[in-house]
Amino acid sequence: MSEPLYSLTIGQLSPLLHQGEVSPQEVTQACLDRIAALDGQLNSYLTVDAESALTQARQAETRLRSGEVTPLTGMPLAIKDVIVTQGLRTTCASRILSNFVPPYDATVSAKLRGAGAIFLGKTNMDEFAMGSSNENSSFGAAHNPWNRDYIPGGSSGGSAVAVAADLCLGSVASDTGGSIRQPAAHCGVVGFKPTYGRVSRFGLVAFGSSLDQIGTITKDVTDCALLLQAIAGYDPKDSTSVNLLVPDYAQSLNQEIWGLKIGIPQEYYGAGLDAEVAAAVQQALDTLTSLGAELVEVSLPHTDYVVATYYLIAPAEASSNLARYDGVKYGYRDPEAKNLLELYNQTRSQGFGAEVRRRIMLGTYALSAGYYEAYYQKASQVRTLIRRDFEAALARCAVLATPVTPTPAFRIGEKVDDPLAMYMSDIFTLSANLAGIPGISVPCGLSSQGLPIGLQLLGRHFDEATLIQVAHAFERHTDFHRAKPRL
Amino acid sequence: MEYEPVIGLEVHAQLLTQSKIFCGCSTSFGAPPNTHTCPVCLGMPGVLPVLNKQVVEFAIKMGLATNCQIAPLSRFARKNYFYPDLPKGYQISQYELPLAEHGFINIEVNGTRQQVRICRIHMEEDAGKLIHDEQRPVSYVDFNRTGVPLIEIVSEPDLHSPEAAVEYLRSLRNILLYLEICDGNMEEGSLRCDANISLRPMGSQELGTRTELKNMNSFRHLQRALEYEIRRQRALLINGEAVIQETRLWDEAQNQTLSMRGKEEAHDYRYFPDPDLVPVEISPDWIEAVRQSLPELPEAKKARFMADYGLPEYDAGVLTGDKALAQYFEDCVQQFDRPKQISNWIMSELLRELKKAERGIESCLVTPTALARLLSLIEQGTISGKIAKAVFEEMIVSGKEAEAIVQARGLVQISDEAALETLAREILAAHAPEVAEYQGGKTKLMGFFVGQMMKKTKGQANPKLVNQLFARLLKK
Repeated sequence: MSEPLYSLTIGQLSPLLHQGEVSPQEVTQACLDRIAALDGQLNSYLTVDAESALTQARQAETRLRSGEVTPLTGMPLAIKDVIVTQGLRTTCASRILSNFVPPYDATVSAKLRGAGAIFLGKTNMDEFAMGSSNENSSFGAAHNPWNRDYIPGGSSGGSAVAVAADLCLGSVASDTGGSIRQPAAHCGVVGFKPTYGRVSRFGLVAFGSSLDQIGTITKDVTDCALLLQAIAGYDPKDSTSVNLLVPDYAQSLNQEIWGLKIGIPQEYYGAGLDAEVAAAVQQALDTLTSLGAELVEVSLPHTDYVVATYYLIAPAEASSNLARYDGVKYGYRDPEAKNLLELYNQTRSQGFGAEVRRRIMLGTYALSAGYYEAYYQKASQVRTLIRRDFEAALARCAVLATPVTPTPAFRIGEKVDDPLAMYMSDIFTLSANLAGIPGISVPCGLSSQGLPIGLQLLGRHFDEATLIQVAHAFERHTDFHRAKPRL
Repeated sequence: MEYEPVIGLEVHAQLLTQSKIFCGCSTSFGAPPNTHTCPVCLGMPGVLPVLNKQVVEFAIKMGLATNCQIAPLSRFARKNYFYPDLPKGYQISQYELPLAEHGFINIEVNGTRQQVRICRIHMEEDAGKLIHDEQRPVSYVDFNRTGVPLIEIVSEPDLHSPEAAVEYLRSLRNILLYLEICDGNMEEGSLRCDANISLRPMGSQELGTRTELKNMNSFRHLQRALEYEIRRQRALLINGEAVIQETRLWDEAQNQTLSMRGKEEAHDYRYFPDPDLVPVEISPDWIEAVRQSLPELPEAKKARFMADYGLPEYDAGVLTGDKALAQYFEDCVQQFDRPKQISNWIMSELLRELKKAERGIESCLVTPTALARLLSLIEQGTISGKIAKAVFEEMIVSGKEAEAIVQARGLVQISDEAALETLAREILAAHAPEVAEYQGGKTKLMGFFVGQMMKKTKGQANPKLVNQLFARLLKK
């Protein structure tokens, strides 16, 4: 094996571990060394626990010898810092949780540990997953490995960077409005948001509870299938998780897509779409056509209302979800507070960053007496219309294909003073969360500046399998996923 | 001008489930602070609630017992406000779609029957408790109570006097106890009550400005707080001043209500459906199964006691005012078929002695069987009613059987006519002047002679025989 261990995919490394050709310690150490060498420039990790990772690697080794293995046994992963990990600091990239060490695991964390995966550490993100650039982290921005002056996307910027820069084998992250798919597109990796209810949210620190979903960021579609398999499934601890059989996603790999109908929603190809992104996506559609897929034009008539709807529902839920950070029980507390009101005001003013405070205020306003009907309730009604748009469109085709983002990654600092422009960068990803449908982002090209471009595929509720099938077919016939940033 | 009070109550009842409403922690009272807690009820980051099915079942029971319609689909909502005893910064409650609505119960106030409509019953979680350090300006939070299930029972403003309000609360409590879903302990806070009260000119149909009263943790406090508030509001209205819509706290020590917060400071709770919980769907089958499991309720039991046992309404009301007492009564009747006699004994002797001993009927040392046998002894003439009372006083303290006490103390009634006649003749011989007076027409002296006999026999003489005996002997 000439390639360094950290550069392999889960699918490539797994048989090597199973056959004992490499040990989990070697792989873990290779990742830790690379983190030590590169992450000073990339800032993709907020917490790296080398000692614990190596202990886990030794345990994985024992498991591998005993034969009690899964495709993830011995696999070093990075966990977005919004997913709680027992004994491993979980900050949500917020000052308010900067000292929080959870005494419990998220269901996803427990499942991954149970599968024998190794946690290298926790990845950088926009504070409480609110942002599209990873600039809203209380611990500094993460940098795009393709060009460090550019944002990696967000909110799961750290996870996308760590996967793209080979600082881990794969990552689990969360997607509330594109937080997996958008940074995956900007970093040239594969990002998957499952159907709402497919993966347990227990232990996912809530941002917008009706939108949040845990998913994967991986180097290719095969790894996506492997990682998704390990985390999907009903969880009695999450009342909104759905008790449906989880298919074997590996069965969707290496399938043809001959005759499969792919819907092209016109509203996603209009004004404001960057020419290079449009060209790359068009080329991807041509590739899919050449593989036998049939393109059909579809319409999502309520697309114009997606951003407004999302920015009422998500902040409203967030304003309530973030009320628990009050300095009383855990996390940051202003030591100067003299009374209860000061404790609340000062702890929360100092503990939360500007964007989080903005969204708490937006959401509080949208839920206030006299405004609830006009804002939150109206948005909930429009949300139903948006979901019906997708159900109607997906009745005519198996998947939809769209760009992930209107433009390639922008420069760090370019949009920090213009929240509305920042919100518009999620325009193509928000709707999947509002509709609850699954979506995947796969690399489909590089811009003239050498920045990655992504193709988004959206599927029917709980039909992750078809998305994997189409994405893998595309990947088998293209090389974009093999491109690596020079570091 | 005459004013009519208009009162509605919001009653919170803690449900007697083993575990909390959204996690597996114990609900038991009195544990050391923060020992019945977990990440879920502490509101730690990322945790999610999972509804306890038993809570729904208990709430359905109360809904059916108060003639409510059970919603086939109801929803949990978040009530958002900041307080240190509320770990998530919101309480999970129900708002737009409560579990039960449009019910009623019947109460009786000063002999008049009245229907009180129930607006709604919904499920929610309890908050924790603040403990204030008495030495230092520091407060602590105990989260043991956080997440203990509650139902809130909201009445329509159908109550028009403090007495009616108290009677309504007493009836609700009794239903909860009959259903065995709440222990009804107001001092420990497992049953809590807030009151909304306004005044309006007698005969008017419009509602006046109301105040909300809190912190009344007994029937007496509810009564007194309402009385005070009626006086306060009436004085304002008579003087042409306006009642301010506000929340007021009952201050037990000062015997008055004090303003807590005005309308302007009222919370905007920003209710919205809780996205972490799916709607509660209740099938007609489930409702029917719960209906079948309902016990006989106080009102039905009272009617049956009147019909089947021929008891006066008052007796039936007292006996069915406590499920255990009603059971005690019925167990007694099983073994001694004199319902009214048993009812008399329970209402006078038993309840008085229990009150003296500060015991409930559940821990009464006199079993229904023992009481039935005591009453049989009177019936058989073995002891007099008066002796029986003395025997009973010992039974309730010692738990001994009536026969044993009667034997040990030699209390068997003397019904031997020859023996009594001998004694009677002795008494008459010793009181010649009284005999003469009696025979001269002062027949009231009969009591004196009987008293002498009782003194001589330590009360054991059969009073009926003694009376007959003296009447006969004094005729001569």
